[in-house]
Parts: sequence; C-alpha cells; structure tokens
Amino acid sequence: MIQLYNVSKIYDNGVKALNDVTLHIRKGEFIFLVGPSGAGKSTLTKLICREELPSRGQVVINGRSLARMRKRDVPYLRRKIGMVFQDFRLITNKTVFENVAFALEITGASNKDIKRAVPAVLRMVGLEKKAKMLPAQLSGGEQQRTCVARAIVNNPVLILADEPTGNLDPETSWDLMKLFMDINRRGTTIVMSTHAWDIVDSMKKRVVALGDGVITRDEESGAYGYES
Amino acid sequence: MVMNLNVFKYYFREAGASLLRNSWLSIASIGTIIISLLILGSSILLILNVRYIASTVESSLEITVFLEDSLEQDRRERMEEEIYFIPGVTTVHFVSRAQALDELRTSFGERADILSGLEEDNPLPDSFRVKTKEAETVPAAAQQLAELSGVEQVRYGQGVVEKLLALTHWVRIWGSITMGVLGFAAIFLIATTIRMSVFSRRREIGIMKMLGATNFFVRMPFMLEGMFLGLGGGLVAALMINFGYLSLLSKVIVTLPFIQLISDPTSLYQVLGGLLGLGFAIGALGSAISLHRFLRV
Repeated sequence: MIQLYNVSKIYDNGVKALNDVTLHIRKGEFIFLVGPSGAGKSTLTKLICREELPSRGQVVINGRSLARMRKRDVPYLRRKIGMVFQDFRLITNKTVFENVAFALEITGASNKDIKRAVPAVLRMVGLEKKAKMLPAQLSGGEQQRTCVARAIVNNPVLILADEPTGNLDPETSWDLMKLFMDINRRGTTIVMSTHAWDIVDSMKKRVVALGDGVITRDEESGAYGYES
Repeated sequence: MVMNLNVFKYYFREAGASLLRNSWLSIASIGTIIISLLILGSSILLILNVRYIASTVESSLEITVFLEDSLEQDRRERMEEEIYFIPGVTTVHFVSRAQALDELRTSFGERADILSGLEEDNPLPDSFRVKTKEAETVPAAAQQLAELSGVEQVRYGQGVVEKLLALTHWVRIWGSITMGVLGFAAIFLIATTIRMSVFSRRREIGIMKMLGATNFFVRMPFMLEGMFLGLGGGLVAALMINFGYLSLLSKVIVTLPFIQLISDPTSLYQVLGGLLGLGFAIGALGSAISLHRFLRV
C-alpha cells in the first residue's frame, strides 16, 4: 500500500534526515518505527502524509506517486490518513464531540452523517460519556482517545501515530495500544513511531529501526533493540 | 467539493467569531473604510451636482445686456444689428421686462408668491440675451457690448461656471488622492486584521490541514471576515451619505430655491450602490492579500 523507493530527504537548512530509504508497507500491517531522536522517524511520517516531499526517490501510496500528486488533491489524501500525535492537537475550545465532528465537517459531511458517525466512534474509544467535555477537562489518556476517535471517524486506510504514548502513563498507554489493535484488526494499516520499548517488545509486530537516516533493521515480530 | 448548509454555517460562524475576537482592529478597519468611502461618496456627489448646475445654468456662452429704461424702439432695433456685427456673436434675443419677470417666477416654482406685487412696478429692465460661438470669446464680446450706447450693464457668467468647473477639477484631484491614500490604509488595515486572525488561529489551521481540509475551506472564513468588514464599512458610509444628502437636499430646497441639485433617486442609489460594492471590494482585496502572504496552505 505504501512504497518508498530510494527516498532521501535533505531539508533546506542542509540537514540530511533520510538517506536512500526503501520501505514497503502492506495493507493491514502494524509497524513500529523505532530509533533515536533525529533518526528520521518524523520525516518518514511527514513524507507519507505529504507534509514534505522527498529530495530524491519516490513515495507511492495506493499506486499514486506523491511527488506527481497535484497540490489540490493533497487534502483528499490526508482524509484517508488518520494522524495521532504525542501532543494530541485537539482544538481547545471545542468539546470532544465537536473535535471529532470537525474531521467530518471539513469534508462537507451532512449533520445527519455527523450525528450518526461521531457517537459510534466515541463509543468505540470509550468516551461516549465525555462527549460534551472540553479537552482541558480530560485526562491525558482521554485526550489521546479523542484524538484517535478523530483520526478514525473518516474511515482512514492508514493511521500514522507519532509517539502517541509519549505523554501517557504505562497503563493508559496499554489501553491505547489495545485500541490500536482493535482498529488494526478491522483492516486499517497502522504506522507508529515510538520510544516505548516495552510496548514494541511485547506486541511482536514488524519493527523498522532507523538510525542516521537509514534503515538499520527491519524485522517481522521484532523487538525494540538496544543497540541504537 | 460538496457544499451544504453545514459548511456555510461553519464559515459564517468562524468569520463572526474572528471579528469579535479582534474587535478593536475590526472597528479600526471599518472606520477607515467608512471615512474613505464618505470622502469618495461626497466628492462624487459634489462633482455630479456641479456638473448638473453648470448644465442648468448653461450661461457660459450667454451674455445678458441690460438696457437703459428710457431707450426708444428704433435705437433698440439698431442696437440688435450692431450686436450681430460683434465678432463671435451667434444669436441675439430680446427679452422684455415682462418676460423677464415671468421667467423669474417660473424659476421660483412653488415659492413664486415672493414675487407677487411686482407686476405693477416691475424693477427688471429690458435686455438682450446674446450667445457666442465659444466661451473664450465671451469676455471680449462683453467688453464691446458694454461700449454700445443705451446699454446700462453687461453681465455674463463672470466666470461662475468656469469657477465651478475649476472647483470640480480640484475636488476630483484631491478627492482621488485622499480616497486613494485612505483606500490603501483601509486595505492595509483589513489585511492586518486578517493576518491577526490567521495568527491567532494558526494552531487550528495546522489541525485543519492535517485533517485534510481543502485550501478553500481553510481560507473561506478569513475571506468572509474581510468581506464583512468591507461590506459593513460600505453600508455605514452609504447610509450616512444617503441621509446626509437627503437632509442637505431638503435644506437647499428651502433656503436656496434657485439652486437645483440632483434629486432623482436613481443617480443617488447608483452612487450608494457603488460605495457598497467598493467597500466589499476593499474587504475582499485586503483579505486576499493577507491570505496570499500569510496563509500559504
């Protein structure tokens, strides 16, 4: 579903973030991106959602080359990708319901569709009772689940999670991982960059390790690894 | 992109919220638009009216020659011939004192009763109305007319029309300059307002882009915000001009009945509509500039 062919990324300020990376991600996979800060995990994520374009090489999603994609088609690509961040990125003056509904509103969804879809995803992430609360009134885990609800409400084919457990305590992190596994079981591909070695080690999913802009390791049912 | 009521409600709600959030800047930009449009509107009305007055006075080519009261019939007839020989003169038309009074009465219209009682002791003299081919020949012809015997006084526009037209010239120049400067200020202020809105919502804009909002969707509330500011300013300016002009009109009719101002509603509404449209254009332009510079989505 996602192919990177000999992708290099050099930022305008001269930083070489990725160097000749080739990676294939199949539909329905659950992949951990691991590696120290600055290894290129975030850049990889940004290339997939076309926040950045590669300096060399090709990124292909569902058979479409992102470099050749017209700028005005990018929003429609993003609607197929749900994103989850370490810092949640919720809109602070909107309630949980409104935050999730917003992802539908921007696609021009009707009120009817919103009223049907939002409670369903809130139930799935276990926040149906907190729908009317503001993000500030929620715990970190609840905020992250709101973020996940927002990411899945458009039925994305892919979820990009950038250190989603970074601000959560271990127990809440595990709740989130269970949620991700649920979503993954329904066929959604998940690419998650993380430093949480315990999660990576116990979930036995594919692990892609990055170091200094190159893939240092790519194993099915891998572990976090301690060499980096 | 599918358009529905929901999305429209969203655009309007966000634009409204932004206007309130930056209320001081909003007021400043509306104020600037109002002032610049007021100047434009009143300049246009002044110019239109001066032109209108000039056309109704129509005397730039006309000289009135007042005759001595005691003038005999045959001297008057000879005089008419002599006038024809003055270079530049095209027509000569005799107006008796009774005709002159009638004309005056007509021009006063409903208030002609001021003139009642003058029939018995008409103070107006007999006169010739002399027309020349070109306005430039008027002063020279008037000079020669004054030298004819039996002439009491010669009057022509005395430059009134020329002065009026010269006035419109300056009104047009200074009106355009002030309007231009203030128009730029208005556009700049709107651009600043929109920039502040964009800035105060940059986090939200980032989230919207991440969620796959189109450029159009991200920009529309800001575009609307600028358009509201422009339309608001245009509306207030148009209303002020409307009521100001109508009250001026009613005062002029009472106190200066011989001055005829433009009073048909169509021309007034055209000016007002123009102001509204221009306000809108200023608002749209201001936000477009700002979005182009500060919201590259």
